Amino acid sequence: MIVAALLPLGLFLFPLWRITLEAPQYPTPLAMNIHVNDFSDVHPHDIKNINLMNHYVGMQYIPEAIPEFKIFPTGILITSFIGLLIGWKGNYKWFLGWFILMLVLSAAGMYDFYLWEHDYGHNLDPKAIMKFTNKDGTVMGFQPPLFGTKDILNFKAHSYPQFGALFLGLGIASGFLAYFVGKKNKSTA
Amino acid sequence: MKKRLTSTIAIAMIFAAFTSCNNSGKTNGQSGALSSNVAEKVYVAPGEYDEFYAFISGGYSGNLTVYGLPSGRMFKEIPVFSQFPTSGYGYSEETKPMLNTSHGFIPWGDSHHPDISQTAGEIDGRFIFINENNTPRIAKIDLKTFETTEIIEVPNSAGNHSSSFVTENTEYVVAGTRFSVPIPQRDMPIKEYKGNFQGALSFISVAPETGNMDIKFQVLMPGFNYDLSHPGRGKSHGWFFFTTYNTEEASTLLEVNASQNDKDFIAAVNWKKIEEYVNNGGGTMMPADYAHNVYDEHTHTATSTMKKEVRVVNPSEVPGAVYFLPTPKSPHGCDVDPSGEYIVGNGKLSANLTVHSFTKMLAAIEGEKFDGEAYGIPILKFEDVLAGSVEQPGLGPLHTEFDGKGNAYTTFFISSEVVKWKLGTWEVIDRKPTYYSVGHLTIPGGNSGKPQGKYMFAMNKITKDRYLPTGPEMEHSAQLYDISGDKMELLLDFPTHGEPHYAAAMRADLIKERSQKIYDLEDNKHPYAAKSDDDTKVVRKGNEVHIYMTTIRSHFSPDNIEGIKLGDKVYFHVTNLEQDFDVPHGFAVLGQNTSELLIMPGQTKTSVWEPTKVGVWPFYCTDFCSALHQEMQGYIRVSAANANTPLIWSMGEDIE
Repeated sequence: MIVAALLPLGLFLFPLWRITLEAPQYPTPLAMNIHVNDFSDVHPHDIKNINLMNHYVGMQYIPEAIPEFKIFPTGILITSFIGLLIGWKGNYKWFLGWFILMLVLSAAGMYDFYLWEHDYGHNLDPKAIMKFTNKDGTVMGFQPPLFGTKDILNFKAHSYPQFGALFLGLGIASGFLAYFVGKKNKSTA
Repeated sequence: MKKRLTSTIAIAMIFAAFTSCNNSGKTNGQSGALSSNVAEKVYVAPGEYDEFYAFISGGYSGNLTVYGLPSGRMFKEIPVFSQFPTSGYGYSEETKPMLNTSHGFIPWGDSHHPDISQTAGEIDGRFIFINENNTPRIAKIDLKTFETTEIIEVPNSAGNHSSSFVTENTEYVVAGTRFSVPIPQRDMPIKEYKGNFQGALSFISVAPETGNMDIKFQVLMPGFNYDLSHPGRGKSHGWFFFTTYNTEEASTLLEVNASQNDKDFIAAVNWKKIEEYVNNGGGTMMPADYAHNVYDEHTHTATSTMKKEVRVVNPSEVPGAVYFLPTPKSPHGCDVDPSGEYIVGNGKLSANLTVHSFTKMLAAIEGEKFDGEAYGIPILKFEDVLAGSVEQPGLGPLHTEFDGKGNAYTTFFISSEVVKWKLGTWEVIDRKPTYYSVGHLTIPGGNSGKPQGKYMFAMNKITKDRYLPTGPEMEHSAQLYDISGDKMELLLDFPTHGEPHYAAAMRADLIKERSQKIYDLEDNKHPYAAKSDDDTKVVRKGNEVHIYMTTIRSHFSPDNIEGIKLGDKVYFHVTNLEQDFDVPHGFAVLGQNTSELLIMPGQTKTSVWEPTKVGVWPFYCTDFCSALHQEMQGYIRVSAANANTPLIWSMGEDIE
């Protein structure tokens, strides 16, 4: 359980998610890493260049900081602390509670990410240089996929988890595992 | 004598006629089924890369062109000694100082022999040096940016031709003089040439880390013509060899008067010995006047400094430093094989090709077997230094290169061919025609201990019917040969720009990996840079107006400027804020009396505009930068000299 509680801390070392944009003119694709506390370039100046591309269709600039960059790290620190605490106290039933808590929080995080992406892709400048409409006449959005790959005009956008997410996932899974191991130990004891 | 020469030429003509017959037969034999095989050898599929870079001098274009081999495709023209309106080189305020000399600003040059820097006798691909023949200068091009970053003028020199070859650790880039002149320059009768004119051989040191050039010393030689040169390498490292002609010291009708001596010389210069002498305070500081121009890639600006003295050394001060090796008939190319043992003197009026031995030369010096002296410089005996000669290989030998497998390749201008021969046995192995009248040839890695002998290309002086006609004036032509087998195989014709003399070539990998994509905006230290739209401004200082302008897809900031008056000198300092690979922006304003600017990402360039008419004049981006390129424009309002229009500027809103 201690391991489970520590693993999510890997999020401070590795990016959580990556959005990659491919197009013929970008033999080296543009890509942005999302960390729990930062956005970062994959190659130098990628974010600047993504912003430059996106301003043609009226998308906002990717912000330097978002409130989540404070909330997420705090959340992870608190849940890790709770995990350590219950790991130390050692009641396996609490492990399940921690597991469920983590699942809920992660789902909330993904939902928040979706909301931001949706806003980023749909809240367009009315003076946008180029305006595109869908076949039904509604304004075309440019929201990157939550997970997977999607064609957006001349770009192919990929959105996939990174090492940080793996650490989080392993942490959550270990919590669940710890619950079963704890349960088994209890029943055999 | 004259009769003998005539008969030699007649024999050689017949000889050449025979050989060209043979060759045309072979060439015809290769068309048809085999020719598709040849096409494959030079085909580089779309999106794939050539195996070699070739840096081909532009001759009277003053520049250097970059090609790929085996495709023969041209990638870039690097401006060096000539103004280049394409990028604004030599027109922008930042680069004008690059073309400054002791004779003032010179917009043109005659570039000749590029040579790539070396480490331990191997090409390292850091810098490429090239000489300017007319107003003697040596330039250095940084192969990280493919831009000219330094030019040093060479005083006491004229016809800077036996240049710019580097020693095996790039200790020196060496510049000889084809025309001897009075040193120091003075007002004197031309007919008093003999005994009074001198030839300066300049050893320009190259700082190991920065590559900064400085004239360490000049050796003041007798008034011959120092035609070409090459460094010793391996065992002969520490020596430098120069061919000479006009040892007759004629000053008029040289085609006859400089062709009288049966033998001229190769001058062997022990530069290590002279360097030691100079390091111990030897030589004399002599008043001189020469420009040293350095481009700083952080300020994106060149500065020109006038230097006032140069260290000169008289060879008689340093016994044992210079010797003359008699070499038949006005030798042109002076080429040293990869081992450093053989020194080839390409006697351009000789029927044979003379090869000297470095080992024998040392032995002859040791034995003090001299055949007299010239101006105090010992002359060695021809027989004592001769390694061998290639008998009647062709007519008009000019230059020799090596494949690193024991073979040499010599160009013959008059018989228009390349001849492959074997070092040591001096036997001719193969010959192939060139189209037409070949000058230099290049094997990648040429001037080094390790040539990369897969391809060879010949740079020809006459084009005539090789391509679709383009009127009386045509580009020159080069031919690429596969030299991996016993026999040379002609693969490709490709046109070259200007009048290519020599070329330097090397495997692409080293350079390719280091090639820079953008200039970092954070590192931009240009005093007039605006690093964001917020930094833009317009400042008046008397009648000078400085516009701190930015470009980014797809606008200028500011793009509306008012308050300029007739008589003003307007400086457009344009910073390209882009930080993406290959997104330059251009700048041009109506009535601009200089060239456009082409500004790379992160760079600042300045164009001066002195408007002559009242009005509202547009400026625009000249490089198709983006989908909104056509919208990338602005206006500048010019009022009468006595007008009261306030100095205002804006972007994205109407000027208040």
